[in-house]
Amino acid sequence: MSWWLVLWLSGGAYALKVLGLVVLGGRQLPAVVNRCLALIPAALLAALIMKDTLTAGQEIVLDARLAGVSVAAVATFRRLPLTAVLVLGVGSTALVRAAAAVV
Amino acid sequence: MSLPRVPHDMRDVVRASVVIGVASGIYAVSFGVLAVSAGASVLQTCLLSLFVFTGASQFSAVSVISAGGSVASAVSGGLLLAARNGVYGLALSPSMKGSLAKRMLAAQFVIDETTAMTSAAPDQRSKDWAFWSCAVMLFTCWNLGTLVGALAGSSIDPETFGLDAAFPVVFVAMVAPHLSTRSGRRAAVIGATVTIVLTPFLPIGLPILLSAVGVFVGLVSHDGDGPRVEAP
Repeated sequence: MSWWLVLWLSGGAYALKVLGLVVLGGRQLPAVVNRCLALIPAALLAALIMKDTLTAGQEIVLDARLAGVSVAAVATFRRLPLTAVLVLGVGSTALVRAAAAVV
Repeated sequence: MSLPRVPHDMRDVVRASVVIGVASGIYAVSFGVLAVSAGASVLQTCLLSLFVFTGASQFSAVSVISAGGSVASAVSGGLLLAARNGVYGLALSPSMKGSLAKRMLAAQFVIDETTAMTSAAPDQRSKDWAFWSCAVMLFTCWNLGTLVGALAGSSIDPETFGLDAAFPVVFVAMVAPHLSTRSGRRAAVIGATVTIVLTPFLPIGLPILLSAVGVFVGLVSHDGDGPRVEAP
């Protein structure tokens, strides 16, 4: 992996934290800006789920990952603890993949 | 659990920090495994957790790289996700007293969990305990977990164990609290749709950045004022 990634991500992430806590400190952003910023995780995490479940490179691919992520989604919805969600999601992906290889 | 040197009235706060720390350690182990599988060295993986220290951004960047995306798209996606820490900093700064050096150090620990714990604390003394106990526990567990995962990750084949699904599984757990508001759900649907529709036509990583158009739901919708902070 490129060292540039480590450098830029480390520097950028820290700069954003310092910007809020130390540089701007205590000021109010307009409510509409706050609302939009608060929605970044919802939009980007949902996008990342799609990318990591349904794509390989630039292609749309349906494989064992979809089964695992569906199981994880149900487990999250049922409020199972994080460890259970991870084990169930990853484990069912491995199971479906192994089963598909046998069939 | 015995916490001998913690004042009696602060024990609940410190216990909550321990629980949050341990949970984050589990995320961190999976991060270590995935980063190494994506081609990072053990050293690079550990440096990411030490210096970036904001989980969603780390996972996102490694996920883009492992799919073959460019450094630029991996970094910009990660930093978009890190922008909320700046907003958290704004919210925490009135209760963050002390020298410039202390606040510069504190800044590194301004993330989802510390913000949630600190905002929930009723007075200045509890806020200090909440912030610093959560910061110390999280930072310790996050980095230890990363090291364990990175060392284990180099000796296993990720696909055999279904670990390629660990990225989206972690993201599912992370996105869940953000779907409790209508605007959160709308932003998620837009982000997901944009990514799937654009993936065949654009370089890897770019659809993720463009999915951020989902945040413009916030221009018209009013149900999620201010930065969203989950209860610990």
